[in-house]
Amino acid sequence: MNKNAKLPETEDGTALFNLDPIIIKYHYEIEYLHSYAQDSPFFAGLAKGRLLGSRCGACSYTYATPRSHCMECGGATEWVELPQRGRIHTFTTCHFGGEAFLKETPFTLILVEFDGVDTLFLSRLIGAEPDEAAIGMPVRARFVRNSKFKPTDVYFVPA
Amino acid sequence: MRPVYMISGGITKFAKAHPEKDFRLMVKEAFDYAMADVPALDRREIDGSVCSYFSDHFTRQLKAGAMVQDYLGLCSKPSRRVEGGGATGGLSFQSGWEAVASGRMDVCLVMGFETMSRVNTWKGNEFIALASDTNFDFPVGGFYTGYYAMMVRRHMHEFGTTVEQMAKVAVKNHANALHNPYAQSPARLTIDDVRSAPMVATPLTILDCCQMSDGAAVTILASEEAASRLGAAPVLISGVGSGTDAMRMADRPHGKVPLLPHENEADYAHLKYPGVHSFRGGRSAAALAYRMAGISDPLRELDFVELHDAYTSSEIQTYEDLGLCRYGEGGSFVDAGAPFMPNIDYGLEFSGENRWPRIPVNPSGGLLACGHPVGATGLMQAIFAFWQLQGTIEKHLGDATLQLPEPKRGLIHSHAGTGTYITVSILEGV
Ligand SMILES: [Zn+2]
Repeated sequence: MNKNAKLPETEDGTALFNLDPIIIKYHYEIEYLHSYAQDSPFFAGLAKGRLLGSRCGACSYTYATPRSHCMECGGATEWVELPQRGRIHTFTTCHFGGEAFLKETPFTLILVEFDGVDTLFLSRLIGAEPDEAAIGMPVRARFVRNSKFKPTDVYFVPA
Repeated sequence: MRPVYMISGGITKFAKAHPEKDFRLMVKEAFDYAMADVPALDRREIDGSVCSYFSDHFTRQLKAGAMVQDYLGLCSKPSRRVEGGGATGGLSFQSGWEAVASGRMDVCLVMGFETMSRVNTWKGNEFIALASDTNFDFPVGGFYTGYYAMMVRRHMHEFGTTVEQMAKVAVKNHANALHNPYAQSPARLTIDDVRSAPMVATPLTILDCCQMSDGAAVTILASEEAASRLGAAPVLISGVGSGTDAMRMADRPHGKVPLLPHENEADYAHLKYPGVHSFRGGRSAAALAYRMAGISDPLRELDFVELHDAYTSSEIQTYEDLGLCRYGEGGSFVDAGAPFMPNIDYGLEFSGENRWPRIPVNPSGGLLACGHPVGATGLMQAIFAFWQLQGTIEKHLGDATLQLPEPKRGLIHSHAGTGTYITVSILEGV
């Protein structure tokens, strides 16, 4: 036993923001292992320049944003290749954003509608000034060459 | 089910930051206020609680609800946390209602908070955007103002809604809040002020959007027997309803409008619904709540509405979901002055169209002017509605301007995501 035991101390400081009340800076970061699971073929498709949606085997409802089971009837869906041309259903240009995307502002988000497809697809519009985007405007899909396995591997340009 | 009453409420001032108080102390302040308002109510009478807060990221603390329960000295009574994005407060309020309606509790505390100041605004926006699909939506540029901007762009396309009509909502709610000392950003604004403010996501400027806040709010719900024994001035919760929609707005169907009792199919012969211009879950919530409360013509059977105006645009969209006007008429409803307080000068000229009687919407100032500390917000609406129906606005706000003359029935509306969870509750004076 050592009645004079001392905790070894380090030279690390604490970033102090305020004294009353005491406010310290606390770093908080998490590395996730995010599985796309049943959505994986969509991301694999982007790497091959294919835009994959889902069609319900039971009721034929067709989804531009894929899902492995149908929201209308619960049936299993099959993968279908979407047309790579569509129209702007709605749009916005973001001048601010979440921290992860701040450095990319301004960027234009669009929802794309495709003929013969019941739902829409969220993407970015490139190659048009913000005031050139319009509802109904024809757009065409393009794919990044170095796939990042993210939904931004596809984007749209004026057709 | 048995009748459930709200017997008290308490709230902290909503502010950009309350660094001197953590979430426990903020809830304690709101709780003490609510307890003091019903002197006969002893803490021992409370059978349990529901805790309402949205994001664990904002507190960097899991199970924060358990810490509030212990700080208030309510252990070892039952408690649970309820979470549902922006609708967390409304869902928690209804969870408290269920606890009393079922007979499981006689007195139930519903307590909510959020401390959003602990991260910078852009990190906060990122946390909120994580409440969108992280496979397909968040990585494309996850930003809620962007999502709402796309929705209102479509509303403008379908119905001719204008940015000036949206700006009038900001003028209204900020001016109302000049008489509400709990509000974060009361202001006298003009349409020009709103349109010339920094653009966030076209067409929404920063004054079209609510701000992040620190704040807490509590409500106390009770059975009829407990309410009368405690000598409270209770308000009846006569209807509750809620609804949902697909997480991704890209997945919303384009089908038929579910009609309210006062509407006809012919009203919407060519409308594809809900698309991204309307909130199907809000319509569902309203229909269920109206049915329970026996309301068939909401515009004429309600005296005021406190709704979830996270954006000026979503206030206009919500008038329509609630059936205050028909789908497509929300902009004209604003132009006509229908949702404005009759006794406040907004510096605006109204269209003179008299299709709609006045029905003040967000007399408190709503989220746009009060702020939006998420878990507290839906309870804040309940508290302001409760004080309206009690006739105690002057007592609690120190200003009688916002007190409506003898209101009988009010509606509160809480809303999450791009309309993924929505609640409607009806409160009535007794
Ligand atoms: Zn199906």
